[in-house]
Amino acid sequence: MADFLLYALLAGLSLAVVAGPLGSFVVWRRMAYFGDTLSHAALLGVALGFVLDISPALAVTVGCLLLAILLVTLQQRQPLASDTLLGILAPSTLSLGLVVLSFMHDVRIDLMGYLFGDLLAISATDLYWIVGGSVVVLGLLIALWRPLLAITVHEELARIEGLPVAGLRMALMLLIAVVIAVAMKIVGVLLITSLLIIPAAAAQRHARSPEQMALGASVLGVIAVCAGLALSWFKDTPAGPSIVVSAAVLFLLSFALPKR
Amino acid sequence: MRGLPGGVMSEALIRLDQVSVEFAGQRVLDNIHLCVQPGEIVTLIGPNGAGKTTLVRAVLGLLKPDSGSVWRKPRLRIGYMPQKLHVDPTLPLSVLRFLRLVPGVDRARALAALEEVGAAQTIDSPIQTVSGGEMQRVLLARALLREPELLVLDEPVQGVDVAGQAELYALITRLRERHGCGVLMVSHDLHLVMSTTDQVVCLNRHVCCSGHPAQVSGDPAFVELFGSHAQSLAIYHHHHDHAHDLHGGVVSDTHVHGDSCKHG
Repeated sequence: MADFLLYALLAGLSLAVVAGPLGSFVVWRRMAYFGDTLSHAALLGVALGFVLDISPALAVTVGCLLLAILLVTLQQRQPLASDTLLGILAPSTLSLGLVVLSFMHDVRIDLMGYLFGDLLAISATDLYWIVGGSVVVLGLLIALWRPLLAITVHEELARIEGLPVAGLRMALMLLIAVVIAVAMKIVGVLLITSLLIIPAAAAQRHARSPEQMALGASVLGVIAVCAGLALSWFKDTPAGPSIVVSAAVLFLLSFALPKR
Repeated sequence: MRGLPGGVMSEALIRLDQVSVEFAGQRVLDNIHLCVQPGEIVTLIGPNGAGKTTLVRAVLGLLKPDSGSVWRKPRLRIGYMPQKLHVDPTLPLSVLRFLRLVPGVDRARALAALEEVGAAQTIDSPIQTVSGGEMQRVLLARALLREPELLVLDEPVQGVDVAGQAELYALITRLRERHGCGVLMVSHDLHLVMSTTDQVVCLNRHVCCSGHPAQVSGDPAFVELFGSHAQSLAIYHHHHDHAHDLHGGVVSDTHVHGDSCKHG
């Protein structure tokens, strides 16, 4: 197997595994729009990475983390509803990223690659970032599983029972931020949220417990990555969109199976 | 289960002194004093907008009062039963799994708690499918699994039919005796609450009157707040010196231990 295909497969699979449980939380807590906002901001992170001459992966991670913190702070300090706030921040950060990039005439940037992913161009260094980031996020998710589930069911009950609700909520946002930074290379900023949401939504219909849904989402994500890459390999389609299309087909198929 | 409190009756579980809360410049709670002793049932009554839920949130530590002090017994274990529970329909969660969100709970303990509140049949149901009355019992079971020293119940019989309401209040009284915990609850049901409570606190942004139900129902402030109709309801109930459980058995107000006891 060609190196670049192996890299692509490993990167896609590690992302799919962590996207299962994390995406389940995004679905349960209705954070899809939040994920979208963070991923749009990721492009601004890329631009700033070029301006400040630091690694784009690092710049995007830090950028997403900062935006997550900004968002939480804004939510607490002013009366606008969350979706309004997200509707302001998402296009603003994306546009600002594009404007900043347009000023840099001396760097050639593959904009399409950042918007829709460039999975087959992943280097060994990218792969380390992706696998490392996924392992860290997955480990933290497993460690925080029960408290995160408790605050998802009823925040006040969780708080009275002694859980640090604000901290947990922030932790979940930061985990999403890290995964978005990591996933950008794979499916691009415009498609990241779909990789979190679609497998989880597809697994939802047939799951009987939160854990089943998370695990099912991981399995479906893995299948989508394999199918998407195969499609890309044999039919020369763009890899990121092929993975998303595969996931969407799995989602539609989940309706065909009888509900337990 | 834990024993009944003996010599520590004077030690309060919570004590609120001169507590005031404002929302957007409007005073919602004014100069509130409140105290709950172990084994005591304190009921908050008052019209809509009287600040009952706000007061409960202050007791629970969910909001900080603008002035005054909220004292809780150190490491006080609170079992809280919220008004309602909305779980997102996409979250596949059985009643058992919901109860197991309390650390250290296994199936046997969850089942025991559900049996105690009469909702054992729901254990494997998805939590979104249990009925309103069953949900109140499931929430009560979760509060009990915390082995609480203080049970805080915010309108515990909301959405429950009339027969179920009386039974639920009887259940709360029994649980108080079984677990020896203090109970603070919010209620609208004057006539049902009067027979099961030790202390009534009548709230309308400030404490209008408080004390034993018999005293309070004769208080002019109570009559002014709820009207003479309510007074007649309350007084009527005090002439009626017993209550009924769901099986029609007599539950004595003063609780003399006898055949009707289902505890101990």
